Order: sequence, then C-alpha cells, then structure tokens
Amino acid sequence: MAIVTLTIDGLAVSGRDDETLLSIARQHGVEIPTLCHLDGLTDVGACRLCLLEVEGSTRLLPACTAKPVEGMVVHTSTPKLQRYRRMIIEMLASEGNHHCAVCVSHEHCELQRLAGSVGLQSVRVPYLYPDKKLDATHPLFVMDHNRCVLCTRCVRVCHEVEGAHTWDVGFRGIKSEIVAGLRVPWGDVESCTSCGKCVSVCPTGALFAKGATVAAMEKRTAFVKYLVTARRSKEWVGDILEEGDE
Amino acid sequence: MSRDLSAILARHQHDPLRLVQILRDVVEEHGFISPGTITTLAERLSLPRGRVEGVAGFYAFFPTENAGRYRVLFSDNITDRMAGSVELRQRMLEAFQVRDGEVSRDGLVSIGTTSCTGLCDQGPAMLVNGRAIPRLTRARIGSISAMIHGQAPLDTWPANLFDIHTHIERKDLLLSTPLAAGAAIDAAIARGPDATVAQVKASNLRGRGGAGFTTGVKWEMCRAAPGEAHYVVCNADEGEPGTFKDRVLLSDYADLVFEGMTVAAFAVGAKRGFLYLRAEYPFLLAPLEATLAERRKAGLLGKSIRGVADFDFDIEIHVGAGAYVCGEESALIESLEGKRGIPRNRPPYPVTSGYLQQPTVVNNVETLAKAAFVVMHGADWLRVRGTGRSAGTKVLSVSGDVARPGIYELPFGATVREVLDLCGATDVQAVQVGGPSGMLLSRSEQHRRIMFEDVPSAGAFMVFDDSRDILQVLENFASFFAHESCGFCTPCRVGTALQRRMLSALAKGYGTRRDLKDLARVAKVMKASSHCGLGATAGNAALDALEKFKPAFEKRLGTLEVMPTFDLDRSLAPAREVTGRDDDEAHLSHEEEE
Repeated sequence: MAIVTLTIDGLAVSGRDDETLLSIARQHGVEIPTLCHLDGLTDVGACRLCLLEVEGSTRLLPACTAKPVEGMVVHTSTPKLQRYRRMIIEMLASEGNHHCAVCVSHEHCELQRLAGSVGLQSVRVPYLYPDKKLDATHPLFVMDHNRCVLCTRCVRVCHEVEGAHTWDVGFRGIKSEIVAGLRVPWGDVESCTSCGKCVSVCPTGALFAKGATVAAMEKRTAFVKYLVTARRSKEWVGDILEEGDE
Repeated sequence: MSRDLSAILARHQHDPLRLVQILRDVVEEHGFISPGTITTLAERLSLPRGRVEGVAGFYAFFPTENAGRYRVLFSDNITDRMAGSVELRQRMLEAFQVRDGEVSRDGLVSIGTTSCTGLCDQGPAMLVNGRAIPRLTRARIGSISAMIHGQAPLDTWPANLFDIHTHIERKDLLLSTPLAAGAAIDAAIARGPDATVAQVKASNLRGRGGAGFTTGVKWEMCRAAPGEAHYVVCNADEGEPGTFKDRVLLSDYADLVFEGMTVAAFAVGAKRGFLYLRAEYPFLLAPLEATLAERRKAGLLGKSIRGVADFDFDIEIHVGAGAYVCGEESALIESLEGKRGIPRNRPPYPVTSGYLQQPTVVNNVETLAKAAFVVMHGADWLRVRGTGRSAGTKVLSVSGDVARPGIYELPFGATVREVLDLCGATDVQAVQVGGPSGMLLSRSEQHRRIMFEDVPSAGAFMVFDDSRDILQVLENFASFFAHESCGFCTPCRVGTALQRRMLSALAKGYGTRRDLKDLARVAKVMKASSHCGLGATAGNAALDALEKFKPAFEKRLGTLEVMPTFDLDRSLAPAREVTGRDDDEAHLSHEEEE
C-alpha cells in the first residue's frame, strides 16, 4: 500500500492506492452519484452512474471500482458525463415499470432522487414495458421485480453480510432478474433467514415490508457499514439507527 | 433421476468448478434442468442454490423448462437468413404446428433460433439437441421432420447430414507451413523460456481474436507474475457472427494449436491448460480428444515433456454452453470456474489474476497456432508478411454474397477489394468486417486495408450485395447483441434492448427522424460507458450505418415527426377477423389519428 497524489476536479488530493476513486473523492467532499454502490458491500461497477473521465484515457472508469494512480487527473462532472448519467437513468426508467406516485418508496427512493438530481423531466427513449412479476410469498416481505434496477445490493448483502446467499442473478441481458429460485417462490426458499437486510438496502421500492403503503417505506442502509466495520476491525463506529436517514 | 445425477457428479469429481460441464451433462441426459435438479446439485456440490440457478439460467443451451425431446435451433446469423433459413424454419414450424420457441403439445419438439453457429460458409445451419446440421434445404428439412415425427434417435440419422466441410480457399504462411509435431516444443526447450518469450515478442505477433494485444508481452507479464500456479487457456469460443476460422483451424490444424499451447506453457511455466470450445462445435470434441491422446502417447503432453524434468503440462477441453460474452477473456475464465459468464472488473488482468486468481495467459486459437511457428522458425517467419504494426497474415472467414465462401489467409494490409475479387463478389453494397462488433464498410471503402492500423478484424468478412436491405442486416445484429448481453451493466443491458426495438421499428417503416437521433445517442452511451467490449461495440454497426447508409434509413422513415412504434390499423386486424368486418368504418387511417 502506498499513498498517491492525484487531481479530482482541479482539487489536489491524496489517498491510498488500495482505495477506490469514489472513496477518495468523497473524503474530499466531491460528490459522485452512485446507485449500485453501498458502503460496506463489495463494489461491482454495474450501474455505471459513477463513471469518471480520466485525462489520457479514452475509457471512462467507474469511480466505485477504479483505483488511483499517481498523477492521475480525474473529472467527475463534465458535460459529457452529465449527459451519459442522465441517459443511464433514462435507461433504468425504460427497463422497469416505475410509477412513483403509487410506490411504497415514493420520496424515499434513490432512483427517484437521482432522476431529480439530473433534472429528468421526460424519458426520451421508448419504454420497454417488460412483463415482470411480483413475489409476495414471503410472510414478511415482497419482491416487486417491476421496480428492480438490478443493482445487486440485495444479492451482495445476503451473501456477504448475512451469509445466506438466498438471492442471485438469474437469466441474462434484458431478461436478467434477481432470483431466489427459478419458478420457486421466495417464501419457499429454505436458506432465507427473514433477516430483512435485502429489504433495507434496496434503493427502490422493489423490496419492501408487507403492510407498507404509498411513500411509507423508508430504508435504512447505514447498518451495513456498521456491521462490516465491526466484524472486520472490531470497531463499533457510527450510530446504527440514526445514520440510515440521510 | 437422482442416480443419474450421482453418476454425472462422480464423473466430474463433485467439483463445483466443473458446474458448467455438469449442467451440460444433465441437459444431454435429461433434456433440461429442472428446479429439483438444481436443488440436488446445490446440495451435493455445497453451493448456494441461487448460484446454481444463476448459472443454469445464464447459458442459452441450458433449458430450465422442458424443451421437447428434439430441441431444434436454427442458426440466426444474417448469412443464414440470406440463405433462406427463415422460410425453412417457417416450414418446419408449420409441419409441427408449433409456435416459434415453444414446445409442441405432445412434448416432441421445440423449434427456435440461436446465435450464429459458425457454419456461415455452408448455411443455413441448425442444431438438433446440440448437434450441428449444415447446408439445410427443403429436402433436408423434410427428412429431418420425418425422422422427428418417427421419433428416430439422433444416432440413427444418416451420418452425412452432420458432415461439416472445411473450405480453405487461400493458404498463406500459417496454413501452408508444415509442422512436425514436437518441433516447436523442441525449439522452445533449446532456447529456454526467457528467450522463447523474447522471440515471440520480437515477432510482433498480436492477438488474432480481435483486441490485438502483443502476444509476447502477454506471455512476459504472465511469466513474471507471482502465483501458486500458472495457466494457459486457448480461447476457442468463436462466437462473433460470421467467424468460423477457428473451427477450421481446430479441425485441420489441431496439432499446431496444441503445440502452440504447449510452447506457451513452457514459456510462462504453466502445468495446466484449457481449451474453451464453443458449444456450437460439438463435432470437434472427439477428434480434438483423439489428438490430445496421441500427443500424450508421443510424450508431447504429460510429465517431463521431451525428457525435461519439471516440464509437466496437460490440456483439458472445457465446452461452453451458448454465451457469446464468454469470448471475452475474463468472462471465459469465470465460465471455466463454473460461474455465470460476467466479465470481471479489470485491472487486475488475467495475466496476473486469471483462473483461480492465478496468472493466466488467454490466447486465441489462431494466435497460438502462429506462436508455435514463430518459436520454431524465428521472429522473421511472421514478419516477412504484413505491415509495420500488423506483422504476418490474417485468416479470414468469408461468407455472404460471394461465389466461394470459406477460409482465406491473406497478408495483413490486403485491401477489401482484393478479398472481394478472390472470393468472387459482385455488386457489393457493403462488407461487415470483424462481425457485428466490427466495421461496416460501404462500397466506396473497398480500398481500405485489413490490418490493425485501418480495419482490424477478428476474422469475419460478410458480404452484402445490392439486393440486400441494410436495415434488416442491422436489425439482425441488434437482436444478436440484445440476446447475448450478459445484463450486468445498465448501458449494455438496456441499450442493446432499446437498439433492437428501435432498429426493428425503423426496418418496418415506423421510424421517424427523431428515432435516428435516439438510436445514435443510445449507441454512443453504450460505447462509452459499458462494462466490457460487448456493450462497447454493440452500437458500432448502427453508428457506421447512420453515417454511411443514410439514404437507406431515410427511404424508410415515416412522414411524421413523431410516430407510434406500432401500426394501429394493423393491430386491429384480429378484431376485424373475429367480427367479419372489413369496411371503411373498421379501419383507422393516419389522417384520422391526427
């Protein structure tokens, strides 16, 4: 491990070379939009919202998985990146069936917040209106695939933190779907411990508690970092209950 | 059923790394993978059930529902379509009264499509329960249908039905140099591993799978990388539509490819190698295994090769299961490890952290074949042909509107016109070089040259004459990418689906000027922001066409600025049929919609 210095949006910063660019940027107060990232979980770079421009490279790099290199010059919010981010949010809107006004996560939804932050008024690409299912077989929770953005936070928290590995990704391409069982309903899957971690980390209203009504489903995500830090470094930092409300 | 599973699991030593191979055997024996099978496999392999499901659902050749006793899949490359596959499939669907992609009511047969099966020089082609049948005609479809009706076991079908031809039309350096098995290995041993790597580097051999990375540098990095074990992988997952040169190399030059792998193993210090063979080429499996057995017998594989203590190396063949994305080297490694073929985040690259996180060289079939000769004859062997940055020759797979489709080996730097003249193409409207992910060239670009500096190619060379509809070509490519996207990242997962939707509307004449802009915008976002090369190249053909074939789009545009992507009047046809009406009142015209 070494300390490297780099430039982020004109700001000279330094960080460890085993940290991600996202982590370094955030430590220095530079905000980068994310969706699949969640503090405490392994990063995957799937949603592509945190893409950065790096001078001298034609490729855009996802901040959540890219590592810093000495002398790197990084831009986090160029007009090109802003255009791409908006388009990626439009794509997420197009591939699901998102109806905010009647959603349990209305006004507590990360996708909704992101759309607002890029000033999304209308979606310029055609809606794909996929035929998606809703699984309400679990006694406590519901999975509504119509609202899923395939960030895989539920898959990761279930595997990495709960250790149950009930969820995984099934099929591929536009047919990809979070699965507990192929044609096996969630409620019948033995490995599920009903811990509810997946529900808490889900950024949208795809996973929610039964009984939640419109706009009632507030998610708390800070517990993941709390638990993971506690396990890894035996440090109990942060308030597990308060931090969830951003 | 449980007893069968036990046998399959025992055959694969209950090794979860072999999950893809285990599932292949399950499909071979049961026809599909049932939820119960998934549960049992997960228990016996100590894997989370979700992991097994995820893998089963990922690969196209793993049906998770009953797909009929005979699963017929027509190769759906544009060249198959140009040779009449759509009409033949229609005939067969009618013969069995079954809908596209569905199973007949009696559970006898399902008829669908699959991505290019690499038989473009002898299409249309199909797979029946995984076995390839080329050169389909009405007569062939008739006899195949009869045998399915009669429930004849596949092993009793006439053998000539399954004959695969190799059309080698032009040989150059690679295809005309003879090999005495073991000669390249001896040359490498005589020189030592460092000098062997140096020689491959000096030849400036670059990867023939498309990306063009310098092979010697790859070997050098892998050799230098610390690890418990090193691995050599031959990428024979030739999935790019229109490419079939690796099939021919593996059928006629297998010894040479294995020789190249063995030399690579010596150079990087690997003990184990894998040949990742695409599932569409099952007919190569037995001959390849036979070649491996011969080489073991001759002491060219196994312990202390050529008497060199410590030079132990052997090769396993791993068969894919229908996923184009596994041609990407890190996705291929995931698949080798029995997982979904999702490309990894890079760095780290496979040369330092590949198979089981160990240093791994992944090279294309053609690259390894050439490396063998470079080691045997020296760096200049390759450099006598080609250009400054593209040393040597390229093996092209030529198909489409040409008199002599097949394999053409040409020096790098050859012009498109030269290739067209050789293969007998006339009235050429367009050429797709490097497959759908490559470059679409117009008739005014025939002076352009096949080389890394100008038009790079992984091997495909598909020719379209003036009678072809470019929009149908693009629609076919777009369907391919949408079907093959792994779904991991947003831009590719959604972008390929949007692109398919938009191009289909444009090809049917429902597009507007605004759709052209949206299409370009989607293609550019995919190119810039996707996780891997699949998404980054999935919009190439559309972007090329928007620039070079603008009239083809404009001719097809609707007159309105914004148009619905469907034809309302046509959608009412079923209602008219039911009510028996066809008068003016039962029709909607565009004027009325406005």
